[in-house]
Amino acid sequence: MGDTQRKVELAQTRLDTISPPQGGWTAEARAAALVRLQSQGLPARRDEYWRYTRPDTLTIATAPNAVPEQHSEDGVFEHLDALKIVFVDGIFDPQASDDLSLDGIIIERLATAAEFDIHWAKPIYGSLEAAGQTPVARPLAAFNTAQASDGILIDVKSTPSKPVSVIYRHKDAGSDVTLHHVVKVAEDAKLELLESGAAAARFNHVLEIDIADRGQFHHVRAQGPDHGCRLVTHLFTRLGTESVFKSFTLGANGLLTRNECVIELTGDDAVAHVAGAAIGDGDFHHDDTVFITHDALRCESRQVFKKVLRNGAVGVFQGKILVKKDAQKTDGYQISQSLLLDGDSQFLAKPELEIYADDVVCSHGSTSGAIDDDALFYLRARGIPVDIATDLLTLAFLAEALLEIESDSLSSAVGDRLEAWLAQRRS
Amino acid sequence: MLEIKDLCASLADEEKQILKGVNLTVEAGKVHAIMGPNGSGKSTLSYVLSGKDGYEVTGGSAALDDEDILEMETEERAAAGLFLAFQYPIEIPGVGNMVFMRTAVNAQRKARGEEEMSATEFLKEVRARAKTLKIDADMLKRPVNVGFSGGEKKRNEILQMAMLEPKMCILDETDSGLDVDAMKLVAEGVNALRDKGRAFLVITHYQRLLDHIKPDVVHIMAEGRIVKTGGPELALEVEQNGYSDILAEVA
Repeated sequence: MGDTQRKVELAQTRLDTISPPQGGWTAEARAAALVRLQSQGLPARRDEYWRYTRPDTLTIATAPNAVPEQHSEDGVFEHLDALKIVFVDGIFDPQASDDLSLDGIIIERLATAAEFDIHWAKPIYGSLEAAGQTPVARPLAAFNTAQASDGILIDVKSTPSKPVSVIYRHKDAGSDVTLHHVVKVAEDAKLELLESGAAAARFNHVLEIDIADRGQFHHVRAQGPDHGCRLVTHLFTRLGTESVFKSFTLGANGLLTRNECVIELTGDDAVAHVAGAAIGDGDFHHDDTVFITHDALRCESRQVFKKVLRNGAVGVFQGKILVKKDAQKTDGYQISQSLLLDGDSQFLAKPELEIYADDVVCSHGSTSGAIDDDALFYLRARGIPVDIATDLLTLAFLAEALLEIESDSLSSAVGDRLEAWLAQRRS
Repeated sequence: MLEIKDLCASLADEEKQILKGVNLTVEAGKVHAIMGPNGSGKSTLSYVLSGKDGYEVTGGSAALDDEDILEMETEERAAAGLFLAFQYPIEIPGVGNMVFMRTAVNAQRKARGEEEMSATEFLKEVRARAKTLKIDADMLKRPVNVGFSGGEKKRNEILQMAMLEPKMCILDETDSGLDVDAMKLVAEGVNALRDKGRAFLVITHYQRLLDHIKPDVVHIMAEGRIVKTGGPELALEVEQNGYSDILAEVA
């Protein structure tokens, strides 16, 4: 049996276990995604794009169990003034959620909006995902478009007075969840979207963001800290002239995380920043895969990823900047760094640049290092115990990635949580 | 206060013996100075006392108020009251100076079973102490020693010393890299901390620091041993004649 045939069969087995929603305005997109998926098949170990991350547990028919952990703490962003939308194991929780109305924007749920035949989200749903399938196939995203059970659709007509905060809760050890969100940002409008929490034992997440000229989208999410979860996420975005996209992800724990981000700079002078900080301990595999296409003049892109790994944790970074022939004056920057707290951990980085324009500035770098002994001694000589000193230096290492969060209150919320997670691990 | 007996130490990865039987007793309330030529083991002594990795104690003992410090972890020695002002203070990007100092103060208090200092209490204290050392608010906010001038780094060491209130302070070539004015400022900071319950061990190459921090006892160290001990006049003798006469005399 050939590789392709095996992958296609894998997809079929997976599809056989679920029945996607029928009819409505998403039907066409779902059917098209299904065709994509059936021809691509699901990712297998030998796929080049999955070289450093084993996809098996993301593709098998039944999700491996993950016992939900009891957390005494609130969600990372729960104390912030934001419109709350809560999903428990992928099921919308109306009691825990705020009323889905906010000035300047329209918020709907995919599950309830899908029954109509006409919808503003129709030209976006599945289409950014489909565009993101070339030059590299992303079958798990096609699977998501075809199968998503719910999601949030946000039409940002003008800038709302507060952020939208999607909170995921995990209570069922066997939950296997597929959610698909769509955000459309109108000209000159701005949205802050927050996502937090462990969503399910296995979570397949897609977020498509269409940003019109001068629109802005700021995204901050915190994944974790439930340890047993498996997670595959895709962000697909298309940026208009002078628009801004900024996304930051904090990752902690999780058996397996694959965060893909596919950015297409289609309008001149657009800006896209994507950043991440991850801490992994033990049986932890964390993969950031980014693909940024510059297809317009004078756009800026920036990737900043930092991972702290110990006790055999594995970090992966695959980041690519593609600069098309006419994308002159592109400014592309990429850095991926790991702090390895012991000799057992691994960081695998694959930075790629593919440039066809001749007047661009692109740089990339990747480093792996250990805790600085001199700094550690200095802190200890002042009476700071070795574990606290190590945490201080760990936070210092991650600080550069946290700087990518534009809002100070969000940045400190993420920083505080990171500190608390580190402290918890110490105790 | 500090009692060092026949202390011998070598570099951990080499067989090379650096301290070859150091004997030294520093009493509470006193300032002792150690002078000596390059390579005599002065800095090594400070590192061995504070527990830096890379050195192996091969013999002898060191006790702080009758407690064996060589058995302790570096942070335990600090909590017990030992403080080393570094010759080259380390820059730590990403760790704020204030966070660093507050963490240190409270870690030591916790280790000693004392109540931790509140954020406001700490802020008040650190501001007052910083002012006398001419350390501005910006330096407190910046990451530890990052972008500090040589003088600022040394003043930051003295500020930490003031905040931590150690019993036994070791100053490792605190005068190196300082101009005359900066040295005065640092010396004033040290003098302000002189107290009958606190002792100082000042390691230096030059007599000029000792013009500002007046020692009670001066030791000359050479080839891993204290070879001569005297009063402040010994430092002046070194300044005038160098080490060769003294070394020839004890050889």
